[in-house]
Amino acid sequence: MVENKKYSNKYNFAFIDESTKKEIRRKLLKAVAIPGHQVPYSSPEMPISRGWGTGGLHITLSIIGKADIFKIIDQGSDASVNACNLREFVNAMTGCETTFDTAQATLVQTRHRITEEELNEKQIIVFQVPLPEPLRMVERYEYKTLQMHAEADYSKMWVSLYESYVRYGAIMQGAGYPVMVNGRYIMSPSPIPRWDTPNLHQAKTLYLFGAGREKRLYAVPPYTDVEPLEFEDVNFEIEDFADSACYKTGFKKAFLDELYADDASRKYVISDSNFLDKVAEKQETHQYTNKYIDQLEEYDLERG
Amino acid sequence: MTWREDNWLLRVRNLTKIYGDPGENTLALTGPAFNSNQCPETDSIVACADINFDLYPGEVLGIVGESGSGKSTVVKMLYFDLEKTGGAAWLKPYHDGSINILNESNQRKRYIRNNLMGMVYQNPRDGLNFGFSSGGNIAEKLIMAGNMHVGNIRGRAYELLEKTEVPVQRMDDRPSTFSGGMQQRVQISKAIANNPPLLFLDEVTTGLDVSVQAKVLDLIRELQNILGIAMIVVSHDLSVIRMLTDRTIVMKNGRIVENGLTDQILQDPQHEYSQLLVSSLL
Amino acid sequence: MGYVAVKGGTEAIHNASELAEFYRVKGNTTPIDIKQVRSQMRLAIDKVMGEGGIYAPEYAAIALKQAEGDVFEAAFILRAFRTTLQRNYYSDIINTREMFVRRKISSSFREIPGGQILGPTRDYTQRTLDTAKATEQTADVNAFLDEFDAKINPEKLQGVNTFGKVIDLLKAGGLLKPADPNEDRTLTDITREAVKFPAPRSARLQMMARAETGGLMALGYSSQRGFGSVHPTVGELRYGTIPVNVKDPNGKKRYIGKIEVTECEMITGSRPGKKNTPPYFTIGYGLCFGHNETKVICMSTLDSAMRRPELGAPANDQEFVLYHTEGVEAMGFTNHLKLPHYVTFQSALSNTRASILRNKQANLEAEAYRQIQSV
Repeated sequence: MVENKKYSNKYNFAFIDESTKKEIRRKLLKAVAIPGHQVPYSSPEMPISRGWGTGGLHITLSIIGKADIFKIIDQGSDASVNACNLREFVNAMTGCETTFDTAQATLVQTRHRITEEELNEKQIIVFQVPLPEPLRMVERYEYKTLQMHAEADYSKMWVSLYESYVRYGAIMQGAGYPVMVNGRYIMSPSPIPRWDTPNLHQAKTLYLFGAGREKRLYAVPPYTDVEPLEFEDVNFEIEDFADSACYKTGFKKAFLDELYADDASRKYVISDSNFLDKVAEKQETHQYTNKYIDQLEEYDLERG
Repeated sequence: MTWREDNWLLRVRNLTKIYGDPGENTLALTGPAFNSNQCPETDSIVACADINFDLYPGEVLGIVGESGSGKSTVVKMLYFDLEKTGGAAWLKPYHDGSINILNESNQRKRYIRNNLMGMVYQNPRDGLNFGFSSGGNIAEKLIMAGNMHVGNIRGRAYELLEKTEVPVQRMDDRPSTFSGGMQQRVQISKAIANNPPLLFLDEVTTGLDVSVQAKVLDLIRELQNILGIAMIVVSHDLSVIRMLTDRTIVMKNGRIVENGLTDQILQDPQHEYSQLLVSSLL
Repeated sequence: MGYVAVKGGTEAIHNASELAEFYRVKGNTTPIDIKQVRSQMRLAIDKVMGEGGIYAPEYAAIALKQAEGDVFEAAFILRAFRTTLQRNYYSDIINTREMFVRRKISSSFREIPGGQILGPTRDYTQRTLDTAKATEQTADVNAFLDEFDAKINPEKLQGVNTFGKVIDLLKAGGLLKPADPNEDRTLTDITREAVKFPAPRSARLQMMARAETGGLMALGYSSQRGFGSVHPTVGELRYGTIPVNVKDPNGKKRYIGKIEVTECEMITGSRPGKKNTPPYFTIGYGLCFGHNETKVICMSTLDSAMRRPELGAPANDQEFVLYHTEGVEAMGFTNHLKLPHYVTFQSALSNTRASILRNKQANLEAEAYRQIQSV
């Protein structure tokens, strides 16, 4: 049996070989140059299951450097089991420092949330994307959606939003609300809650999106217009937590997770685990601001 | 006569559609004189050739012929459902009629189709999206024309469905739940949603019950009176032509054999094929 | 840092991993020797190599042992392993006419050049459970091997024979559809670039060559039952070994070893052509690593079926067949539903609750209106 020395001894820095990293970086540059446009890429096989974050990993491993401080979250939590697995993998392949602190991280990989704390020009956030194609819900065929994007023919999408409003009284898209990027491409921001969607607009940080299984990369560069699809008289809305507050801190102005105890009683808690820790410890935080959350109260006036 | 020369709405010259690989004699060896569309040398099929006509604003033009005459092909090419083999067409409201619309890009063609034309197909499944409600079908055209206000969209859809006598409380129902006649009415509402100057009607009453046919034809005639919209009506049925059109083109084996005022053709047909058609008119 | 650092997630996954390993070895049995897997689980290894996309029987055996026999998981491990390897050469195109044939049959003709060679197959046995396998000893195996050896007549063993193909007969008889000059013949490498649809034939065959056998089987079966049927007949099915050659840096051809492959050429009807064109036959093609007949039969059926999109069934739809038979991706995405989706769900809850509220509100208003009217 031929011994595979490379396999048994050590890996290339960040696991992926240099040529493939270069290919991914070239495709990322193209994605940044055309905000919201999906760029096909090689999507090499990884020791992580498809659908479990290979796209996010491809981007992270292609751009990470030895000095980077890496944070990874799943549904907002650093402790989530899959995030733990991926953190170990990245750390083992790069030796990079890892952190739970959003403010300290230089590179953040996330599944389905943007951090509550605002990211700045020195940071990059990488999204794991299951289904990159926002038009898939109205058109099942790849060759047709490709043409629809090329010709900016988005009428089917708009009609489906109209139909949703007519049937249910509101646009019933939950997480992963479709957005118009730079006035040209409709994009899926990955299944982030509507709470996070406004934070893509004119942001300071670079947003990169990787769909490994579907083999597409896309990007929203800093200070780009990202507008959720809405009609003049039927507007985009974020989730409503008016009647709830975090049971640990009393804080209301964050995305809350719903929890059920053994006796079926219900509580809420701040979803972003690092933000929760900081609020609980009364540390300084720098939350995103946007026109939807600016008007909300931080704490319940009665509880304070 | 300058007024008439300048005041056209649609001008079509040498419109041709050939399937297969034509040879140099293909056009010369096909047509009504040969009673055939198929070239004996190359097996290619001349669906239509040398189609020339002008259409004026508010005018209703009929195209009549049997199946295989090429009448539907003409209209399908003008609506961009089929790719032309040769010829040109100009639409006055589009760049003052200076650009051949058949050569335009896909985006421009979509713009023309949505804003300057309407089409009603024989089969409602071709003109309507059965996955959307009837209001949604109309909304599609309005949204593509830039209307992004749901209240206005619904208001306009309401107005159009009322005009075409579709019960407005069914605006949010899918067309699959409608009768054939009502589906055609929804198609008509959709086609006129953006007030296009030109409307194509391709065998729209063929396949409907006779009584339903009569109602739909009445509706079309009334709309034409109220809106003053120019129409091209394709039919194999001369009684439909008689009822709706001002002028008529008679086609056989892909060529025009007669072209004139509907009344004149009905009373005094010149070409032997037109005579055959008229004589069989009940 | 003032906040609580320990969260428990890492510890949980380590424990889960350890527990899985415990399940693998807790039987207190002798660890399986890789040589045993390699020689006695030949067909599982062939399946894993075929779906992993790499010809490496020893590593396939390790993967199967590591995955406790889960073929999906083992193929996944092999695929990931493949990524770490450096590509040193491209081989010359293998020529299955050079195959050292172990098994060769044709359903289209009763007699074929070289004869119908049944080879090693269980096709004509009864599938009764053989409980004697539970008490099999080395002595029994040796006895069988000695007896088998004795039956071989050394004088009948001819030199290595290669055989002409059945489709050559069809071609010579002018029965095959002439090659389509418009066919997309781009040579892609699906491991290096994303496939765009409509995909060229090289991409379709590559994707099916490493597709999951069960997926291909389901779709091939559907085609045979009438969902977009192409009426296939096996022109030739072959299993055997093929020499693999590369060109060294001086351009000289070098033999680097041999691999086992299974190949199927399926005779199917072609799309009705223009008038006056006869209904020629076309060939659907299937090829995979190792011995896997189900895979190549279905692969070749689907190769033909995908060339008839106008038939409109899932088997005729390129995007449907190729996306959904890719085993590693399919397994990953279907299983990803186990990942936490509570934020996504929370968003949907928010919408639904609001909608129910609106609905209640509307009903109350309608009721109030009715009451006022009736007064």
